[in-house]
Amino acid sequence: MNFSLARTSLIAEADLVGIAGERAVCDPRGVLYFPDLRLLAVSDLHLEKGSSLARRGTLIPPYDTGATLLRLQAVISDYQPSIVISLGDSFHDGGGAQRMHASFRERLEALMAGRQWFWVAGNHDPEAPADLPGETVRELGLGSLLFRHEPSKQRVEGEIAGHLHPCARIVQQGRSVRRRCFAGDGGRMIMPAFGAYTGSLNVLDRAYAGLFRLDTLMAYMLGADRIFAISRSMLRPG
Amino acid sequence: MTEQPRLAEQNAAVALPEPFIRWFGEKGWSPRAHQIELLAKAQAGQSVLLIAPTGAGKTLAGFLPSLTELASRPKRKPGQAQRGIHTLYISPLKALAVDIERNLGKPVEEIGLPVTIETRTGDTPAHKRQRQKLVPPDILLTTPEQLALLIAAGDAKRFFEDLRYVVLDELHSLVTSKRGHLLALGLARLRSFVPGLQTIGLSATVAEPDELRRWLVSQNPPKGSTGPDMAELIVVTGGAKPEISILDSEERVPWAGHSARYATPEIYREIKRHKTTLLFVNTRSQAELLFQELWRVNEDTLPIALHHGSLDVAQRRRVEKAMGENALRAIVATSTLDLGIDWGDVDLVVHVGAPKGASRLAQRIGRANHRMDEPSKAILIPANRFEVLECRAALDANYLGAQDTPPLINGGLDVLAQHVLGCACGAPFRADDLFEEVRTAAPYVSLDRPTFDRVIDFVATGGYALKNYERYARIRLNKDGFWRVSNPRVAQQYRLNVGTIIEVPALNVRYVQAGSKGSASRGGRVLGKIEEAFLETLTHGDTFMFAGKVLRFEGIRENECFVSNAPGSDAKVPYYGGGKFPLSTYLAEQVRIMLDDPQRWKKLPEQVADWLRFQADKSVLPKRDDLLIETFPRGNRHYLVAYPFEGRLAHQTLGMLLTRRLDRAGARPLGFVATDYALAIWSLGDMGAMFKARKPSLGALFDQDMLGDDLEAWLADSWLLKRTFRNCALISGLIEKRHPGQEKSGRQVTVSTDLIYDVLRSHEPDHILLQATRADAATGLLDVSRLADMLSRIQGRIVHKALEQISPLAVPIMLEIGKMPVNGDADETLLMDAATLVEEAMGPGMVEE
Repeated sequence: MNFSLARTSLIAEADLVGIAGERAVCDPRGVLYFPDLRLLAVSDLHLEKGSSLARRGTLIPPYDTGATLLRLQAVISDYQPSIVISLGDSFHDGGGAQRMHASFRERLEALMAGRQWFWVAGNHDPEAPADLPGETVRELGLGSLLFRHEPSKQRVEGEIAGHLHPCARIVQQGRSVRRRCFAGDGGRMIMPAFGAYTGSLNVLDRAYAGLFRLDTLMAYMLGADRIFAISRSMLRPG
Repeated sequence: MTEQPRLAEQNAAVALPEPFIRWFGEKGWSPRAHQIELLAKAQAGQSVLLIAPTGAGKTLAGFLPSLTELASRPKRKPGQAQRGIHTLYISPLKALAVDIERNLGKPVEEIGLPVTIETRTGDTPAHKRQRQKLVPPDILLTTPEQLALLIAAGDAKRFFEDLRYVVLDELHSLVTSKRGHLLALGLARLRSFVPGLQTIGLSATVAEPDELRRWLVSQNPPKGSTGPDMAELIVVTGGAKPEISILDSEERVPWAGHSARYATPEIYREIKRHKTTLLFVNTRSQAELLFQELWRVNEDTLPIALHHGSLDVAQRRRVEKAMGENALRAIVATSTLDLGIDWGDVDLVVHVGAPKGASRLAQRIGRANHRMDEPSKAILIPANRFEVLECRAALDANYLGAQDTPPLINGGLDVLAQHVLGCACGAPFRADDLFEEVRTAAPYVSLDRPTFDRVIDFVATGGYALKNYERYARIRLNKDGFWRVSNPRVAQQYRLNVGTIIEVPALNVRYVQAGSKGSASRGGRVLGKIEEAFLETLTHGDTFMFAGKVLRFEGIRENECFVSNAPGSDAKVPYYGGGKFPLSTYLAEQVRIMLDDPQRWKKLPEQVADWLRFQADKSVLPKRDDLLIETFPRGNRHYLVAYPFEGRLAHQTLGMLLTRRLDRAGARPLGFVATDYALAIWSLGDMGAMFKARKPSLGALFDQDMLGDDLEAWLADSWLLKRTFRNCALISGLIEKRHPGQEKSGRQVTVSTDLIYDVLRSHEPDHILLQATRADAATGLLDVSRLADMLSRIQGRIVHKALEQISPLAVPIMLEIGKMPVNGDADETLLMDAATLVEEAMGPGMVEE
């Protein structure tokens, strides 16, 4: 075990969430870390979304890839995982990896160096990203866990997925607060989107119907430096 | 009085064609002096600004040059080419264009003029627009947005080649907004198509007529040309002075609040005494509340109606029609009825709440009695004690003829970006030419070339330092030096996004059966639209007021909000919506002067004068240029109350900045609240003692340098700036507007402007759109310039009163604490509360699974 002191101190026992028997940290920056497996999962990076929209005439700032990679760099340097799983829609479209600016490509490759890196295929990026290391898989099973992009229709214990970009909303004192969130019922977990330009969809939306056990569903809402665990009864649609 | 008609007749002989003289004669009228004067100036080739009160025959005056010229124009021979538009009329309201078509049609028909008049608005069907392009009317009545669209069409130059006049109605209200910027650019374009073009501006009274006069004609004229840099000015004074009074209520005037509920019976009594009463309020929520209260006391079931911008259009048209037919006794209205549309015989205007600006008051009172020679009658109803002072000041100002329309501001760069793309859609342009053209528009007089070039770069590729989008450019510079649209899709996108009016996301409000959540029955009536932001704070079963009813919130489904009737219940959730105007600088000064002059208190109601005397006794009243600061403990907190009277926006900005400073000084501030008149900050530390020890001194605390780094640091993360950025992003064409029917596509498809803002700010803080955003926020939501003026005025003039307890003057703002939502970083606290609730309810074990 080469857990550094700094890293272990990041993880308080109380912050751990159980998923099918495995223990994980829902990091408020939007990544999931399994200390026992030294595995970091991140979902829906949507790299090169800016340039993807630019092709269709919407010239939004071309800095999203840089911003997303900077944030990813920060969590990777904190946890130093040996395995990284990018849970699909890593690039906003099939040509994304090719369009990526050389400086960003270098930054990404530096992050990947020395780790096992898995690209899970997503609906935006079904093929392996061009000219990048890492292994592209449709889904990935590890112990009791199953990593895939879209959550399966039938209930699968231990499934970690992305795709839906969950967020949750509460109303307190006449004010509404909406945040990205992890959504989990103890059996499966859907991760928030990580990309700088990614939007989000409320966990109470019909798109989530049938995915969770409603009595144990929790939204782990992302705060500035902590997670707020909110039970389903407090959540509002929209 | 006898001189005027004679003068008119003399002039008439020169300028007015025979059929017109006959028509005036048949009507038993004679043309008014200003109508003839305007005609003479126009015939001499000049552009003119006509400033006249309502009822002075402004519209006819504005069109007389066109009508007389068209009357004497030789008939078109068969086989001759179609003539283009002769006169373009532009008004801020669609309804106004429609109204003018009716009003102008009558004399044209009676005089027997061969003149065609048509409207072109967003409601005009496509086939009619097509036909207008082929067979243009002589006079086209339209809006600024439609002008922008016409200019962006490939045939624009030909379409406008016969244009002689542009008539701009309600000019005073057009020029102060981004719509005015877009219109000024459009006008510049028209002038480049038709160099001899003349403009005629029609305006209510304004503070600085010269600003409008410059606005109407070409600025920065190219070398060698000798055109005047201001339009000719005609001012019609007079009109009978309005009879305005302040309600001297027998009831107690409340300390705070905006409802004026106390005065309802007295208002009702006035309604009964008059034929038709128009009741103006400042916000939609006030309108709803007053309407409810009036019906509560309406024993005679008088026909009293409600009119505001969120109501369903059909409902509004019904009210307007009933008003025109004089079928109503009273109408409660917000600013939607502000502009010059004539309806019915209003013989009393009641203004509930303070008018916030002397000009606005004059405009609204002008609604009563649209004949110039009869006095209008108006009653002001202050909703609280500070408003009594404000009403008194406004009233004195109106008698003095004071005006306080906001100063014109420099043209927005986001608007310029939209215009540049529009020009490119119309025809290829050279940057040198367009730059010269743009600088002829008054709002862009001081635009510099580097900034202009950055705007072009923005339109082309987004203007980013990281040159990543060259291959996706929307416009390209060709070898011949002309910029061209890179493909036809760009023009299509442009047409869908033209204009500067950003609609707040709003949902339809639809009736359903109580408890149905809307799933079963979807057939209910639509009552109007409500802002999404308000609906987000509601929970199933909450009751609120809308469309004159108390409604129960049943739920939201796609883009509709379902409600049911909740008769008999009180509305639980207050609805803060609609426009809020800040107190004008001029009126603020008047209030300060009044506070400083006990002689003038005699005109105030006794209870209000008493309040001021108490204040003088317990604390002190500020001198007119002083800033009074009171500090006092209350409960286990310490309070600072400042009375700058600079309006809510400036106070809010000041509150944010002072809180930061007090925090650094160790005062541990907890929050603040701002009104139009005062600012209160509360803290754990004893601020009074800190100021006494000069740690810090008040002079240092209120030093102007707070507008430097502190402002910058606070702004960076402020929701205010994000909201402003959204507007700039939409207007500049960075992202597309959301159109009806697209809502269903959901949040995942579009990129939120908040996310774009965050990314852009951290990677290219100097980007031109952020520059435009900061400029906007400084003049708009933050009112920084006003704050700066105030901070420089009060240097060395801060009066500190350390009190043992709350002063009389502080009571109103102290009552606001807790009532108003405080914006800031409270979100995390709310989340914390919610999470704690869960932990308490379920125990920590459950949360962690």
